[in-house]
Amino acid sequence: MATKEYPVVWLQGAGCTGCSISVLNAVSPRIQNLLLDEVVPGHHLNMLFNATIMAGEGEAVIEVLKDTETERKGGYILVVEGAIPTAADGLYGSIGERGGRHLTIEQSVAELGANALVAIAIGTCAAYGGIPAGKPNPTQCKGVKELFDEKGIDTLVVNLPGCPVHPDWFTGTVSVIMFSGLDAVKLDNVGRPELFYGRLIHENCPRRADFDKGRFAEKLGDQGCLYKLGCKGHYTNADCPIRQWNNGVSWCIKAGSPCLGCVEPEFPDGMSPIYEIVTFEDLK
Amino acid sequence: MSKTIKIDPLTRIEGHMAIEALVDDGVVKEARSAGTLFRGFEIILQGRDPRDANRLTQRICGVCPTSHATASALCIDDAFGLTNKIPDNAKLIRALILGANFLQSHILHFYHLAAPDYVDAAGAVGAVSPFVPRYEGDYRISGQANAELVNHYVEALDIRRKCQEMLSVFGGKMPHNVSTVPGGVTEKPTEDKITNFLWRLNEIRDFVDNVYIPDVIYVANSYDDYLGIGKGCGKVLTYGGFDLPTGRFFKAGVVSEDLKLEPFVSENITEDLKYSWYADSGSGRNPAEGQTEPKLDKKQAYSFLKSPRYNGKVVELGPLARMISNYVQNDAGTKKLVDSLLGQLGVGTDALFSVLGRHAARALEAKIIADAMADWLQILKPAEPVIVANEVPAEGTGAGLTEAPRGSLGHWMTIKDRKIERYQVITPTAWNASPKDDKDQPGAVEQALMGTKVKDRDNPFELVRIVRAFDPCLACSVHLLDANKNASGVFKVV
Repeated sequence: MATKEYPVVWLQGAGCTGCSISVLNAVSPRIQNLLLDEVVPGHHLNMLFNATIMAGEGEAVIEVLKDTETERKGGYILVVEGAIPTAADGLYGSIGERGGRHLTIEQSVAELGANALVAIAIGTCAAYGGIPAGKPNPTQCKGVKELFDEKGIDTLVVNLPGCPVHPDWFTGTVSVIMFSGLDAVKLDNVGRPELFYGRLIHENCPRRADFDKGRFAEKLGDQGCLYKLGCKGHYTNADCPIRQWNNGVSWCIKAGSPCLGCVEPEFPDGMSPIYEIVTFEDLK
Repeated sequence: MSKTIKIDPLTRIEGHMAIEALVDDGVVKEARSAGTLFRGFEIILQGRDPRDANRLTQRICGVCPTSHATASALCIDDAFGLTNKIPDNAKLIRALILGANFLQSHILHFYHLAAPDYVDAAGAVGAVSPFVPRYEGDYRISGQANAELVNHYVEALDIRRKCQEMLSVFGGKMPHNVSTVPGGVTEKPTEDKITNFLWRLNEIRDFVDNVYIPDVIYVANSYDDYLGIGKGCGKVLTYGGFDLPTGRFFKAGVVSEDLKLEPFVSENITEDLKYSWYADSGSGRNPAEGQTEPKLDKKQAYSFLKSPRYNGKVVELGPLARMISNYVQNDAGTKKLVDSLLGQLGVGTDALFSVLGRHAARALEAKIIADAMADWLQILKPAEPVIVANEVPAEGTGAGLTEAPRGSLGHWMTIKDRKIERYQVITPTAWNASPKDDKDQPGAVEQALMGTKVKDRDNPFELVRIVRAFDPCLACSVHLLDANKNASGVFKVV
C-alpha cells in the first residue's frame, strides 16, 4: 500500500520559536522520526516549510508556499506558531517577500488556511493570542480561529495551547488524524483536544492532598499547595501532572513553581499577577 | 555592474530576518539587515507586577529563554535590594540552568542552523524536505565524511534534547523554565538530582569533546577561506556572566583586534537612533534612561532596531567576545583550548575574527561551560536554602546584565507604585544586527558583510554563512519593526 503523505506548512507568526523548540524535544516519536519516518505505519508527515529547520531561504521557499496551496489543495496540514498581528494591515509581522511586497503573516495564514485540510494552532499565541496579545496588545494580535471567523474561512482549527506546547500534544494530535481521521479529534469548547486538555491540573496535582488538608506554601520553595502563591491549576485544563515535561523529568509544580495557566485563553492577562491569587470568579 | 541581492526570509535563525546587499563587481559595497516582526514586549510589560517580568520576558525567545530568566531575575533582585542576599545554592543552580541551555543552543546552532550551509544533507539522505530547496553549488565535503556529518546532525538532535531534559532536573521544564525566580530558585539540590544531572551532563560532555569540536575543526579545514571571510568591526564586548559564589565565571571586558583590553563600564552604553524609527530626541542615551518613542515618518530610518554603541564604537558580542575576553585576561582553561585550536588550524588569533572563528569559539565555549558545570554541581549544599523571601517594593530601579548564547544581554527596570513603570531590554542581536549609528558607522553584521566577494549571485553562500555565524536571534530584538512606508504605499524591507 502506498504511503499516505501529509504535506505540512509550519508558519511562524508573533511568537518566540519556543513551540518549534518544544516539538524538537519530542521523545517517542523523536523529531527525526517525525521528519523522516512513517509516524503511524503507512502515514508520513512531509515538512515542506518550517523557517527554523529548512535548508532553503529567500524566493525559493516563498514559492513552496504557493505551490503547496495550489497543488495540494485540501490535502495539507497548516501549522501556525505565534499570534497573528493584524494592526497596520498585518505589517508588524512578515514571513518574507513576494512580488516585491511583504508577505504578511496575516495574509499567508488566511491564504494557506482557506485551502488546508486542517489548521493546527500550536501554542497559546496561535490559539488565542497569548502574550503578544497581552494588554495593550500593541500590534492587535489574534489567534487563528478568530482570524478565520473574521475572514469567513471554515477550515477546522485544532488548538494546542501551552507556553510552549507539550511535544506529545502535537505528536498525539497528528497520531489521531493519521490513525482515526480528522473526525476523531474531539475538541472542547475552546477548540482543544479533550485527549490532552480534558482534566484540570488541580484534579491530578501531586500537591492535591496538601490543598485538601489546608497545607499551603507561604513562600516559594516551601512544601505544600501553591494556591496562595498564585497557582492557577484549579481552573487550568491540561495533563501536565500526569504526562510531565522533557521526557517526564519534571514540570512546573514539581519544581516548586505555581501553574501559570498558560493553556487557557485568558493567559496572560487573566492569570496576572502571576504570583497572586486569581479566583475563577475573577476571570468573569 | 551593481546589483542588490535580497534574501527574505533568511531562515535557520531564531525569528524573522531579511538581508540586503548591494554588490558591485562581485563585492558587497553596502549591506543592511532587518527584522520583520514587532511584538512590543516593553509596552506589554508596563503596569504589570514586577515579578511577572521574570516569567514573561522568557517568552521573548524560545531558544534562549533562560538568559532572559537570568537577566530579569538579576534585574528584579537589584530593584528589590536582594543582590547580596542570594544564597550560594541559588547562584549555582541558576548557572547550571543557564549553562544547560548554552549547550543546547550552541549544539542546535552548529548542527541544525549553520551546518546545512556546509554539509550536503540532501546528498546523503536524498532530495527530500526539509533539506531541499536550498542554495546549490559550494558543498565541499563528500562521501563518507559527509555521511558521517549528516549522522551527527541526527545525533545532535538527541543531544540538544537531552540538554533540555538535564536543564529540567532543576528548571522544571523547557522551553521557559520555572525555577529561576527573583530571590533565588524554586527547586532544591537534593543528592539524587545532583547525581542525575551529572550523568546527563557526562553524556553531553562526551559529545562535545568527541563529536562537536572535531566536526567544527573538520568543517574549518574544508572551508579554510572562511577563516578570512566576515571579519567585522574588530572589537568585542562582553558584560561577563554566570554568577558563582566566587564571582563571575566569564570575565567582562572590551577587547580590540590587537588584543588590548579595557574594562567594561555599563554607563558607557548608549543607543543611537538616527537610522531607527524613533524620535531623535532620545538618541545617545544610556538604556537606564532609554526612550522608545516611535516615529514612522523619519526619512533616513530603516530599522526599528536601535543602534547600541560602546563609547560611541561599534562592537561585536557573542561566544567570540567571551573567549577573547577570557583569553586576554589569562584564564588558563580558555588560553589552553584556544591556543590548541589555533595550532590545529595553523592560524593566528586574527583568524578568530571570521566566520569560522566564530563557530570555533562557540564550540570551545561549550566545552568550557560543560566542564565547569560538573564542578559547580559538586559544591551544591543539599541542606542549605535556595531562595530568600522577598516583597515587591513601592519604588525601585534595577539592572540585570548577563550573557546569552549569542552575546551579552541587559534588562533595565523602573518600579513605581509596586508596578513596572518602564522596562528596557537590549539583546545581543540588537548590538550585532544594528543599523548605522549617529556617526554613520554600520552595525557589526553589516560591517562583516561589507567587502565580501560573492562568487554566485544566485547562490550567495558567503552572505548567509556570514550572517548565521553571528547566530542572530531576531525575535529577541524586541524593538524591531519593519514598516518603512514609501510613497506608493508599499512597505519595503530596510
